[in-house]
Amino acid sequence: MTSGSSPMSRRRFLGLAAAPVAASFATAGCGDNTGRPDGDPGTLVHWYHQYGEEGVREAVERYAASYDRARVRVQWTPGDYATRLLAALQGGAPPDVFEYQTKVDLVRAGLLEPLDDLIADVRDDFSPAALAIHTVDGSVYGIPQAVDTQVLVYRKSLLDDAGTEPPRTWEALADAARTLTRDGRKGLFLGNDAGVSVAGPMMLWSVGLEQVTADRRPGFADPAAASAFERLRDLYEEGTLLLGAPTDWADPAAFVQELTAMQWTGLWALPRIEEAFPGDYGVLPWPRFTEAGADSVPVGAFGAMAAAEGGAADLAKDYIHWLWIERTDLQEDFNLGYGLHIPPRGSIASSARRLASGPAADAVDYVDELGRPSSPPEWTSAMDAAFKDALGNIVKGGAAPREELERAARTVQDELDALFD
Amino acid sequence: MNGTPRRRGWEGITDRPAWAFWILAGPFFAGLVVFGHLPLLWSIYLSFFEARNTVTPTEFVGLANYARMLTSRAFLDSLLTFTLFALFVVPLTFALSLGLALLLHRARRARPLFRTACFLPAACSYVVAALVWRLTIFNGLPSGLANTVIGHFGAAPIAWLAVTDPPWYWPVLVSLRLWLQVGFYALIFLAGLQRIPHSLYEAAYVDGASPGWTTFRHITLPQLRATSIAVLLLNLIAAYQAFDEFYNLLGADGTYPPYARPPLVYLYYTALGSGQDLGRGSAGAVILALLIAAVTLVQGRLLGIGRGPR
Repeated sequence: MTSGSSPMSRRRFLGLAAAPVAASFATAGCGDNTGRPDGDPGTLVHWYHQYGEEGVREAVERYAASYDRARVRVQWTPGDYATRLLAALQGGAPPDVFEYQTKVDLVRAGLLEPLDDLIADVRDDFSPAALAIHTVDGSVYGIPQAVDTQVLVYRKSLLDDAGTEPPRTWEALADAARTLTRDGRKGLFLGNDAGVSVAGPMMLWSVGLEQVTADRRPGFADPAAASAFERLRDLYEEGTLLLGAPTDWADPAAFVQELTAMQWTGLWALPRIEEAFPGDYGVLPWPRFTEAGADSVPVGAFGAMAAAEGGAADLAKDYIHWLWIERTDLQEDFNLGYGLHIPPRGSIASSARRLASGPAADAVDYVDELGRPSSPPEWTSAMDAAFKDALGNIVKGGAAPREELERAARTVQDELDALFD
Repeated sequence: MNGTPRRRGWEGITDRPAWAFWILAGPFFAGLVVFGHLPLLWSIYLSFFEARNTVTPTEFVGLANYARMLTSRAFLDSLLTFTLFALFVVPLTFALSLGLALLLHRARRARPLFRTACFLPAACSYVVAALVWRLTIFNGLPSGLANTVIGHFGAAPIAWLAVTDPPWYWPVLVSLRLWLQVGFYALIFLAGLQRIPHSLYEAAYVDGASPGWTTFRHITLPQLRATSIAVLLLNLIAAYQAFDEFYNLLGADGTYPPYARPPLVYLYYTALGSGQDLGRGSAGAVILALLIAAVTLVQGRLLGIGRGPR
């Protein structure tokens, strides 16, 4: 009688506790963390998350194959990459090389290898914003692979029909969302959660605040933030936001299928939008909310990293140096050959024709003038979770913004205290 | 024929019960110990340590993780979420699967066909079903199946999983679980029904009882006692362990909204997802396990598990 559901549920229940422990058991037996046989130090394991653009996987496998000082095995990781990577790092069986964001808690736990010597000669060629994302206490832990940003994409023809100007203030954005909601189409798409997971940092910048201040205190428990998030709730309640779309904000499908007239999405989505509506779209930064605030675009950059516990850290560093510093041709191919990313090195970005004109060029200008790190190293995932919980409660639950933000600020302060004292 | 035959190979082994037992049960026990008991004990160990970003912690913190979990509004909310979910799901599953079993029991023709048809959803993965529910039936577009249906009655499209007031995500979550598990529990009830001796009903008819509510109330239900208790228990435990459909319906992009978050989803994000705090996650898991054990014991006491048929 119990054979149908009980063991399955029990397995699931225990799986929660079992996953990291099983990983540590798997490695306890073999002295070598990567499961590499002794006497063959020449194999590296390199993890990537799953890129949406076609051809990236083949490209990174091609790069790996042409490295001649070791054999490199590429692991392409669909699904929840961050969870798997963190489990591998903590379980003591990390990949030798991987892409991720530099986070201060990972550095404190001694999981990342510093890479300062790799980048010393070419430091000035890298985008300062991209390097800042990977710097903790003056040391670089990730070599930026590709700079990404997010922009507000709008359909020119739809705005013209409605007699609306491209919105450059928050009020104009809310008005445009209202006006453009017609003919079975919504005005604005900020993600299926009404912007909770993506809009937080921009909302703070738009009122002149930030997630963590320079003196390492939570920077968002402020009446200005409370009123900004309250306006996001208004927008959600007005019914002008697209919700329940088949794909989320990172994918341009909702915009391309004309479910919405404006969408917050990534630079990487522009090639598909160009294909669908050639010349009939424009991009804007997130508009300022108050005079104290600023227009902004978030900047992110995955970096190539080496595991500190890997037995092959030196070889891993040599490989990273070869791929992400020496081989500028491969870096150019990676950034511009498939989707659309900004090469982190000025010398490559300045000669990129695909970024020289049209909305893509506007986006690059926004990054230079208005870009801010969307997830700085001191902003850990635990802080992010607390902050997004508060936003979700305010925007979707109608909770009192001051209390929610103060509660999240306490969690963030606890985390900061644990990491920086 | 003459003398004792020489024992060889499997024949010999099967004749020695201890051997056979360990060969058959050994791998299962080994798996249970390695993947079940050891992680369980390790998890209890972790729950007393400051274990952020590590499974081999060094800083003993006593009951601090437990205190933090028991005062965390998010964790308490998740228990409330579970309670709400169970309040809907357990009675509905019980009533619907019993009703379905009674119908199947009475079917005169093609009973195997109906039985199979009812059981089929139980073979479907929660993840796949959640995707179907989210992307085709309950998406927020006017063209979604549910929105098309309510559109015929003049209602405006609803963003089922994105709206919190009213909480339209509950019908989505509950209907998904009902679809997946009612057939399974109906089969258990059907087995129970088929074990009720027909002579009981005949005796009742002789005594003047009419078929229908009276015999159901006084013969069928009491005879299904053991089955009913099992269904209730399994159902409640399964509801406590709800994870897949919540995670796949409401989670997105490595984050999960602060509402409709059952305990396991919350613990997953605390320990393995964004939080990476294995100490607090383990403490929460232990609290949850104790809670399930307590509820099961109380329920067993009230319903009289193991007392045997009267």
